Formats: sequence, C-alpha cells, structure tokens
Amino acid sequence: MSGTSTAGLAEAARKVLAGLDGKQLANKDRMAIPAQDMPCQEPGIRAHNMDEVALGYTEAQARVEAARCLQCKNAPCVPGCPVSIDIPGFVGLVASGDYHGAAEVIRKTNLLPAICGRVCPQEKQCQAPCTLGKALKGVERAVQIGRLERYVADRERASGGTPIPHVAPPTGKRVAVIGAGPAGLTVAAEVRREGHEVVIFEAFQKPGGVMVYGIPEFRLPKAIVREEADKLERMGVRFELNTLIGRTIPLPALLQEDGFDAAFVGVGAGLPKFMDIPGENFVGVFSANEYLTRCNMMRAWDRERASTPIYPSKRVAVLGGGNVAMDSARMALRLGAEEVRVLYRRTREEMPARAEEVEHAMEEGIVFDFLSSPTEVLGNDKGVVTGLRVMSYRLGDPDESGRRSPVAIDGSEHEVHFDTVIVAVGNESNPLIAKTTPGLNVDRKSHVLVDASQKTSLDAVWAGGDIVLGAATVILAMGEGRRAAAAINEYLGKK
Amino acid sequence: MNKIIAKTRLSDEVFRVEIEAPHIARERKPGQFVIVQADVEWGERVPLTIADADPHHGTITLIFQTVGVSTHRLAELEAGDSIEAVLGPLGNPTHIERFGHAVCIGGGIGVAPMYPIAQALKKAGNKLTVIMGARTKDLIILEDEMRAIADELIVVTDDGSWGRKALVTEPLKELCQAQHKPDIAVAIGPPVMMKFCAETTRPFGVKTPASLNTIMIDGTGMCGGCRVSVGGSTKFVCVDGPEFDAHLVDWDGMMLRLRAYKPLEDAAHKALHEGGACMLDTMAELARASAAKAGGSK
Ligand SMILES: Cc1cc2nc3c(=O)[nH]c(=O)nc-3n(C[C@H](O)[C@H](O)[C@H](O)COP(=O)(O)OP(=O)(O)OC[C@H]3O[C@@H](n4cnc5c(N)ncnc54)[C@H](O)[C@@H]3O)c2cc1C
Ligand SMILES: Cc1cc2nc3c(=O)[nH]c(=O)nc-3n(C[C@H](O)[C@H](O)[C@H](O)COP(=O)(O)OP(=O)(O)OC[C@H]3O[C@@H](n4cnc5c(N)ncnc54)[C@H](O)[C@@H]3O)c2cc1C
Ligand code: SF4
Ligand code: SF4
Ligand code: FES
Repeated sequence: MSGTSTAGLAEAARKVLAGLDGKQLANKDRMAIPAQDMPCQEPGIRAHNMDEVALGYTEAQARVEAARCLQCKNAPCVPGCPVSIDIPGFVGLVASGDYHGAAEVIRKTNLLPAICGRVCPQEKQCQAPCTLGKALKGVERAVQIGRLERYVADRERASGGTPIPHVAPPTGKRVAVIGAGPAGLTVAAEVRREGHEVVIFEAFQKPGGVMVYGIPEFRLPKAIVREEADKLERMGVRFELNTLIGRTIPLPALLQEDGFDAAFVGVGAGLPKFMDIPGENFVGVFSANEYLTRCNMMRAWDRERASTPIYPSKRVAVLGGGNVAMDSARMALRLGAEEVRVLYRRTREEMPARAEEVEHAMEEGIVFDFLSSPTEVLGNDKGVVTGLRVMSYRLGDPDESGRRSPVAIDGSEHEVHFDTVIVAVGNESNPLIAKTTPGLNVDRKSHVLVDASQKTSLDAVWAGGDIVLGAATVILAMGEGRRAAAAINEYLGKK
Repeated sequence: MNKIIAKTRLSDEVFRVEIEAPHIARERKPGQFVIVQADVEWGERVPLTIADADPHHGTITLIFQTVGVSTHRLAELEAGDSIEAVLGPLGNPTHIERFGHAVCIGGGIGVAPMYPIAQALKKAGNKLTVIMGARTKDLIILEDEMRAIADELIVVTDDGSWGRKALVTEPLKELCQAQHKPDIAVAIGPPVMMKFCAETTRPFGVKTPASLNTIMIDGTGMCGGCRVSVGGSTKFVCVDGPEFDAHLVDWDGMMLRLRAYKPLEDAAHKALHEGGACMLDTMAELARASAAKAGGSK
C-alpha cells in the first residue's frame, strides 16, 4: 500500500467523484471505479504514538466507494454479516449522500457501528461473499463495507452523536446483565428499550470488556467505547462497576434475593492459555492479556501519569497469529522495543488475524517468522528471559478438514535471543461463574451451554458472547446479545 | 467509591483502614482478599487481604504496609475520603476445620492476613498457637488482638527488641519436635519466611498451607500475571489460591517473579521521595496526627 496520505487519497477521490456526477452508472462502470484505500498515519510515525492508525474516509472517498456497490438483488453480503445489516440499503444511501438515512438503516440491527466498522474481520464476514469482490477476483477488491459503516458512524458522532433510543414506560421488571463487553452492552440497550430496569455488573473499573482492556487505543479509541457506555447511562441503564458476580454477589442471589427477574451472562473468555513449554514462568514472559491490560486499561504507556509499570523491552517475541498477537506486537513496538518478531507455526494464509492488522504490522516493521514455534523459553540464573529455543516447521498434507497442519522439521531447533516473550495463543473461558453457580450447565471447556434463544440450563438466565462461543468476535458477541435480549423481552412480556 | 470510615496507624509503615463495602462484608470468608485502586484512571491495582469484616455495618478492614507508590497513595487517604475502587472478595477461602492443634505463623505484615484465619481456626475448636515475628519491635502489629484469641502466643524479633530474639522458624521447629506435633501450620509472611517454614515442617510431615502474595493485575484469573508453579503445574494465585501447600510451591521461582518490576518500582519510589521528600514527611505527620486523634477520641 502506498500513498495513504489523506490529502492524496481525497484529491484522487474528488476527481473520480466529479467524473461520476450525474451519470447513470452501469455495472461495468461501477466495476471500473477504483477501490478506496484507507488513509492512515505514516508507518514511521504511528509506530511511535498511540493515536489511531486508520484515519477514516473523507466524504468524497465514501461516496466513491459506495458507488462501487452493484446493489445486488440477492445481496450475498447480508448473510455474511452476523447481524444482517441491510448493506445495499445503507451503502446506496451513502452513494446518494444521505448519511443520516444510512445511519438509521445500520442502527436497526447494529448498535455499535463505529466499533464494528473498525474491528470486524470484514474479509471473512460481509465482504467475503461480495459479488464485486468475486467479479474482480479478490476479496480486497470487494466493496469496503466496514470502512463505509465506520464513515457513517463517525460522521454521525461528529455531528452531535447518535440519538438516544426511545425507552418504553417502566414495566417494573428488572434485568441483571453480567459483564460489560459488547454482548452485555447490546443486551442492556435492547432490554432497556422495552422499559425494563437494567443493571450491568462489571468486574473492572471501566465498561467495555475486551474493547477497553484488550484492543489498543491505536485501533479502537477508548473515547468511542466510553460514548457507547454513556449512551446507555442516558437511557437509564445503571452500571455497578468493580463487582465480580460469583464472588461479590453470587448469581443465584441476584435472582432470589436482589429481586432481578432475569439475568444475562456475558463474561467473555478471559482465561489466557500458555504454551506449556519449559521456562514459561521466567520473568519477562507475559500473557498478551497481562501485557495489553497494563497498557490499555492501566495506561502504563503514559509514563508520566500512570503508576502501573511496564517491562522495558528491546527484543520482543510474540507467540501466535491472531488479532491478540498483532495487538501485542504493535503495542511492544510503540513502547520502544527495537525489534519485534511474531512467531507463528503456520503461514500467512492461515493467520486468523484481520488482514488489515497484519498488513499494518508489516508496514510498521514487525518481523514475521512463519512456520516456527518455540519449544523452550531460555533464561539466566536470575530467572530472567534470555531467548527462545525455536523449532522450524513445514506444512504437511491437508487433513480431513482440508487444513494443512505444520510438521516439525527434525534437527531444525535453534536459539534466538529475546528479552521479552508475549504469549498470545488464545483465551479460554473463565470458570468462575460456572464454579459458583449451581445448575449452570457448561461444556468441558467451561463454555456455558445455551439453546437457540441463548437460554441456559437455569431458569431466567441467558448467556452469550465469548463465554458461549469461545474467543470469537465483537460482532458475534453482539449478535448473540441481540438474540438473548429478544428472548428476555419475550419472557418478561409474558411474566 | 468506598468510603473510609476509620483509619489508624499501627506502626511506622503499617495502617489499618475500615471501609464501607457492604456486599464484600457479607460474602467474604477468612483467607480472601480485595483489589483496591485509590485512583481508577492512573492508579495501580493493589491486592490486600480482608483482615476483618463487619457484615452488620457493611464494613471491611484492611491492614497494609507502605512499600511503594500505590500503598503510599493509599496511606494518604483519611477517614471520610473514598477509595475509588474495591473489588472482592477474591480468591478461595481458607479451608477451616477442627484439625486439633493449629499453629499460625505470621511474619511482618503477614500477621494482618493471618488474623481472620487464626480467629476462624480458634472458633472451629482448634488449640491455637500463634507465632508472630518482625524485624524489630516497632513493626509488631496486632499483638493484643492475637493474644486475645490464641491459647499460646510467641513473639519473636530479628533484633531481640521485643519478645524472643529469633526467627519464626525456631519456635516452629520446637513445636514440631514436641511430643504432640501440630496438626497444621499456616504460614503467611514474606516469601522467604514461608519457604523456610515449609522446610521446617517438611521433615515432620506437618501440613503447611501458605498464602502467596504474587504480583497481580486483575485478580480475576484474566491475566496470568500472578502465576506460580505448584507441584510442577502452573497455578493462578488469584483464582486457584491464594493458599497452596507450601511443601509444593516453587518458592525460588516465585521470588524471582516478585522482583520482575523491582528496578522500575524502586525508581518510582525514589522519584516519589525526591520529588516530594517533604511530601512523604508531611504524609507521615498527617498520619501521626490522625492516629493521635483517633486514639484521643476513644
Ligand atoms: C487483544 C484482542 C484483540 C481483539 N481484536 C478483535 C478484533 O479486531 N475484532 C473482533 O471482532 N474481535 C476482536 N477480539 C475479540 C473480541 O474482543 C471478543 O470476541 C469480544 O469482546 C467478546 O465480547 P463479550 O461481550 O463476550 O466479552 P468481553 O469483551 O470479554 O467482556 C466480558 C466482560 O465481563 C467482565 N466479567 C468477567 N467475569 C465477570 C464476572 N464474574 N462478573 C462481572 N463481570 C465479569 C469482564 O471484566 C469483561 O469486561 C479481540 C480480542 C482480544 C483479546
Ligand atoms: C493475595 C494478596 C494479599 C495481600 N495482602 C496484603 C495485606 O493484607 N497487607 C499488605 O500490606 N500487603 C498485602 N499484599 C502485598 C501488597 O499487595 C503489595 O505490598 C502491594 O501491591 C505493593 O504495591 P506498591 O505500589 O505500594 O508497591 P510497588 O511499588 O508495586 O512495589 C514495591 C516493592 O514491593 C514488591 N511487591 C510488589 N507487589 C508485591 C506483592 N503483591 N507482594 C509483595 N511484594 C510486592 C515489589 O517487588 C517492589 O519491590 C498482598 C498481596 C497479595 C497478592
Ligand atoms: S457489522 Fe461487521 S460484518 Fe456486519 S456489515 Fe458491519 S463490518 Fe460487516
Ligand atoms: S454483494 Fe457487494 S456489490 Fe453486492 S450488494 Fe453487497 S456490497 Fe454491494
Ligand atoms: S492477577 Fe491476573 S490472573 Fe491472577
């Protein structure tokens, strides 16, 4: 990617737009319109600040990008979106300059467009089945639906913010939402709209879940998450922060003693996995959760004001290939590391991270060691990390699922010097709620078991998001939240 | 926001605060802890054991020693001020039953978290021996409280300025050598002390739980920062502990991890002293004044 300066991209888009003006566009014309790149901070600059990397489309870019949409009758993009946004509907409105109308369309099914537009893995969701991308033989040439969604949401925020949803008159029913991540926030909004009283219980001192403690500021500004929480407060939702359900208040007590009529469990998948290799407890080995929490929620990067310390690193190894690994690597770079290497057992094709984040990480100078994985963390006599023993792999034959799994290459082990190792190989479910709630059925990995309406094995208790799905995505968590909210509203309506 | 109802200074570096926390007061059991944050925007999250609780008044008591920036900040707060965040009760409660003869060994500030456990062991019908130790007389805390519940109280100091001049492991060894060795020995204090308590009781086969004070961030099992190797497998102290069989804990590994941020924290602490040498002194003055006031109003 070159020439991502806002001015250059905006100028080019203005020219294209002028050429389109007033013309009746055939599909052939639409397909000829160049896909719009995202204006970004220069890699050399952004690698040393916490500000958002992607700057957002200009108005001309948004109009041009929207003009690329073929308005397919069957709209294959819509089922690609977990909350089934009417994509041709809102994109068509952007093309005609009706941004307010576009926002209304999105709002019907997605309450957090400014967030989803930024963090959805679009290339695997809405943009994957896009007809235009298919015709142009590349998902990266699909209509940039996420960027358009972000544009619409940001524009509305800039012009005084989204309207507060209408709240029905009080019903006298009370709902407890446990966990203030995207799943919980969605349930709160949808249930509150019906006039039920909603209290959100959150273990941390800030609402937002992974959106505040995991995903970094440079990818998702915390002010946006804050605005969403504020909006809920203005709808009359109450937050009880610093409250760990299962410890501060047991879940059954909420229903039996504290007078709640229903509860939603949206506690996320906050249990970091380690590799189970020797040396993993040496000083200088961190779970990505710890590293990112210190930086994002505790704001350890602000050495002037924050009291939480951050480990000073020069050579950092990040283990894993997902969003969490990308975030850790790019955070380490921003905190002053001289060299950051991502070690991943497979190749770039198999990386689960969002394509854009991998690209951004590469531009910033993060080095990728594909087909390699450590077998041991090396340390000195003070128990401090000095490096990794690394094994090289090759991709074997495809298995039944068609996936080629890595095969270790004998005798390929070698030592690489590092002073910091960040383990980002995934999260499992935190077992606390299951352990402290009798009768709540979970699988062997502590995922809460639910039916098609997100209902758990307990009366009046629903669940959704990562605690049900395992580590998934923001939009999937929201989708589950919507389903649960609908079921809760129905249940309370009958009660 | 949790309001501080009362504050007293127990020794030069040790403070006791009673704070409003009705849910925690209701739910907590001996051995559990809270995470406090004096300032939710920029502050650290500090784990502190619940030293006592009053479910009727909805208050809990914390006893803490000022060691670094965050505990100093906490010590600046006075009765009437609020702590911005208190999360708890965290961790598993101590397993309490009628063991027979229970020995509680508390070192330094470890005497504070030991107090509710000693109380519970006594209430469960155990014969209770308490060994408490400190570097020097000024650092002895809760002696009267412990005396009131213990069948036998042994006080030791490193320098002999109070009680017996010994390390806590000496009387512990004597108890183990007695005709009826203790049925359980609970140890809470600096990691080195707990390590040597474990070595002392090991040959006698006396069960020895110890409460670990690793570095923590969230305290809910989310970060793994508190991990420690116990019997060869990795455990998270905040959710799997804080108590573990001291005979199985990898003490040396744990002590190394505790020092991870030492250079940084020392620097921060130094800055605190230099930036406001007088600030710390003023703080100490204020604390003394308030202690005097609290004492005077009794
Ligand atoms: C570093 C990182 C980067 C990611 N990047 C992306 C991305 O780019 N795009 C994307 O779509 N997804 C991404 N994800 C995944 C996404 O963030 C999650 O799938 C999503 O946040 C799950 O939402 P949730 O509401 O289920 O849970 P969470 O967001 O995990 O929220 C759960 C909340 O519940 C609270 N809680 C837990 N236990 C209790 C309790 N007992 N009582 C009270 N409160 C409790 C937690 O403190 C937390 O605030 C990323 C995840 C991580 C870790
Ligand atoms: C479960 C648990 C219960 C605890 N209960 C109590 C209690 O009841 N009273 C009390 O005074 N303290 C208790 N502690 C210790 C207390 O949390 C630390 O003293 C505190 O976090 C230090 O914070 P600070 O910012 O003032 O010092 P920092 O500047 O963070 O650290 C100063 C020095 O203390 C060391 N240190 C840092 N964290 C800890 C820690 N968690 N434990 C021991 N040393 C540490 C560091 O290596 C550093 O050298 C407990 C710890 C745990 C994990
Ligand atoms: S919410 Fe996500 S998946 Fe759905 S349209 Fe928006 S970016 Fe695509
Ligand atoms: S599939 Fe692509 S081109 Fe077709 S309507 Fe959806 S976004 Fe537009
Ligand atoms: S403190 Fe984070 S897992 Fe224990």
